Amino acid sequence: MEYVVITFLCLGILLYFLLGGADFGAGIIELFTSTKNRSRTRKTLYQAIGPVWEANHMWLIIAIVILFVGFPHIYTTMSVYLHIPLLIMLIGIIARGTAFVFRHYDAVKDDMQWLYNRIFRYSSFVTALFLGIIAGSLISGHIDTDAKDFMSAYIWGWLNWFSIAVGFFTVSLCGFLAAIYLIGETTDDHDKRRFIKKAELMNIAAVIFGGIVFIAAERDKIPLADWVFKNTVGLTAIILASLSLVLLWYLLIKGKTKILRVLAGFQVTMILLAISYAHFPNFIRLKNGGAISLFETVGPEKTIYSLGLALLLGSILILPFLGYLFYKFKKKEE
Amino acid sequence: MDDFIAARSQMALSLGFHIIFSCIGMVMPFFMAVSHYKWLKTNDEVYKNLTKAWSKGVAIFFATGAVSGTMLSFELGLLWPKFMEHAGPIFGMPFSLEGTAFFIEAIALGFFLYGWNKLNKWFHWFTGMVVGVSGLASGILVVAANAWMNSPAGFDFVNGKYINIDPIQAMFNNAWFSQALHMCLAAFTATGFAVAGVHALMILRNQNKEFHLKAFKIAAIFACIGALLQPLSGDISAKDVAKRQPAKLAAMEALYKTEKPAPLLIGGIVNEKDKTVKGAIKIPGALSFLAHGDFRAEVKGLDKIPENEHPPVAITHYAFQIMVGIGTLLMLISIVYFFNLIRKRTLLEKRWLLKLFVFAIPLGYIALEAGWVVTEVGRQPWIIYGVMRTKDAVTPMPGIAYSFYIFSAIYFSLSIIVTFLLYRQIKMVPVLYNKTESNNN
Repeated sequence: MEYVVITFLCLGILLYFLLGGADFGAGIIELFTSTKNRSRTRKTLYQAIGPVWEANHMWLIIAIVILFVGFPHIYTTMSVYLHIPLLIMLIGIIARGTAFVFRHYDAVKDDMQWLYNRIFRYSSFVTALFLGIIAGSLISGHIDTDAKDFMSAYIWGWLNWFSIAVGFFTVSLCGFLAAIYLIGETTDDHDKRRFIKKAELMNIAAVIFGGIVFIAAERDKIPLADWVFKNTVGLTAIILASLSLVLLWYLLIKGKTKILRVLAGFQVTMILLAISYAHFPNFIRLKNGGAISLFETVGPEKTIYSLGLALLLGSILILPFLGYLFYKFKKKEE
Repeated sequence: MDDFIAARSQMALSLGFHIIFSCIGMVMPFFMAVSHYKWLKTNDEVYKNLTKAWSKGVAIFFATGAVSGTMLSFELGLLWPKFMEHAGPIFGMPFSLEGTAFFIEAIALGFFLYGWNKLNKWFHWFTGMVVGVSGLASGILVVAANAWMNSPAGFDFVNGKYINIDPIQAMFNNAWFSQALHMCLAAFTATGFAVAGVHALMILRNQNKEFHLKAFKIAAIFACIGALLQPLSGDISAKDVAKRQPAKLAAMEALYKTEKPAPLLIGGIVNEKDKTVKGAIKIPGALSFLAHGDFRAEVKGLDKIPENEHPPVAITHYAFQIMVGIGTLLMLISIVYFFNLIRKRTLLEKRWLLKLFVFAIPLGYIALEAGWVVTEVGRQPWIIYGVMRTKDAVTPMPGIAYSFYIFSAIYFSLSIIVTFLLYRQIKMVPVLYNKTESNNN
């Protein structure tokens, strides 16, 4: 059952990156869209994520519930030492979530829209940035559970070059995912070209920031290169990601939308796999050289058993329903 | 501000905020489903417009409730890491099921909001129902988790260690049923009265009378049934609390001395220093009856409980008085309303009755918040009753006061924006839902 729970945890995190991340990306894309095109982008964006909007963000809740029920030590260590970035991310989630709904459901469309839009765009950016910072911090080895002073306990754990580089890398990946999804959502040729352009820019940004992540890792003495290149899975994943990059550019130019989505999702999955495989099952790397592993901190047997059962049961109920939702509201493109 | 006080205030604020939004999000779908059903059956456009108007309200509240709920799932750890470290695996079961229920609710809401003219009409109606049912299920599950804090079960606490953990037993703890029942009825009553009141106000203002009258009737029925059943559930809860948490009951009634028979106090000013209550109306023996079903039974007072295990008496007592007072008032309004229904009086002529409902708009929620104060403050100083103290659970990180200020500002502005949005929705009813215009999403 342990494996079932861990699988769901990984799946939850992955899907949050792919689906929730694309939602953040939508706000980021809007942020980097010229004023004259914004309202068009907004419309496409709403068609794209409106129906599945709430569902995309449930994956975070699923992941967090699995953590606090099944791996309480990991959850509490994160909550204590990454309190500040988590807080900022949460404020971002609240701000963008409400602004997104408010701007659509406000019965009167007036100057308030200006405010909702601003909030939505900036908080999307901030949320993705801090999501990345948190992810980076977990593996950065800067979290210091033996810290005696405020700064090293609560600040330097996440405020370091590596984590911030991962943050910006995440932002560009989210933007990239969103742009790719959006290409297929519009029927207008002009818009399509615009989104393709955005996808290309975001992809270039992702490659640049990806490089910066490696440089930052080097600077902060994190053996990132070893993790990625010194084991077969990491290496294969990164090679596949690079190959799919080439294919992706080719398809982008051709404007094939459906396969693009799959490919973009695949690419991001491979990147996550490459970064995380080497230290699995370690979830948090600590400054003192130790690590908090999923297997070592797993909750009591009965808890894991019932959690796993609940997850299996839940997915029997959820997945077909969710699949039908995506099917029903996404099939219209043909 | 002290970090511990700040953490408690932030938690209280977040929960207090979340409760209102999630209750609306959990009850409104049922109103919506009734109206939707009537539209499908009668083909009366007004019901269709009403369903759509309400569904926009649900979308706003659901989104706000969802983000504040996400916030809470992190806040538990951000503020009370030591509690979560031990409690997570024990009382996590309802949370993992709640995750499922909530997920289903979100999917169903997606179908419902975007499904007009796209889905089979009965499947569409069904998805609306699913929103309500899964919302209610999430509510019950979350309350079951809270009930565990009041009535810990499913583990043995030996030498500071939590062993023999059984999450199923923890979920079905002794308090889950009475608490969940009380909460659900409260949600229906409070939301029903709030919604009915808003529509009553519009009727009084002579705006779109047909639309608002239909809305009023649906909401009022739910509200009044809830308000009539609530005292029964309150009685179950009182007896339950008397058995499990005598300190809480004593604080609710400011019963400093053990008495036999014990009187019920109505109102009164509590002096925590002198341990006295001034100016209360005493009903002899009534507390004994409320707690044990016997007018002569002994009720344990705070003198039988170690001083360092006393909850804050004044707050608990006042909150309890407010809850019961409002509950009684709403019950009386319900009786009057049903009396009118039976006599087949037309509501439009009874302006005073409509005014009564307008007056009751905030009351249900005030009572609901007061009820939460009773159960949460009344549990202090424990976070896990009798096992772990709240102050031992708080995060070691200093400076929580700042996060409390930030969150106060956020919740304050969100409340204002949501109120403003609803005001606009209601104001736009004549424009958006004219009979001629049928499709406007």
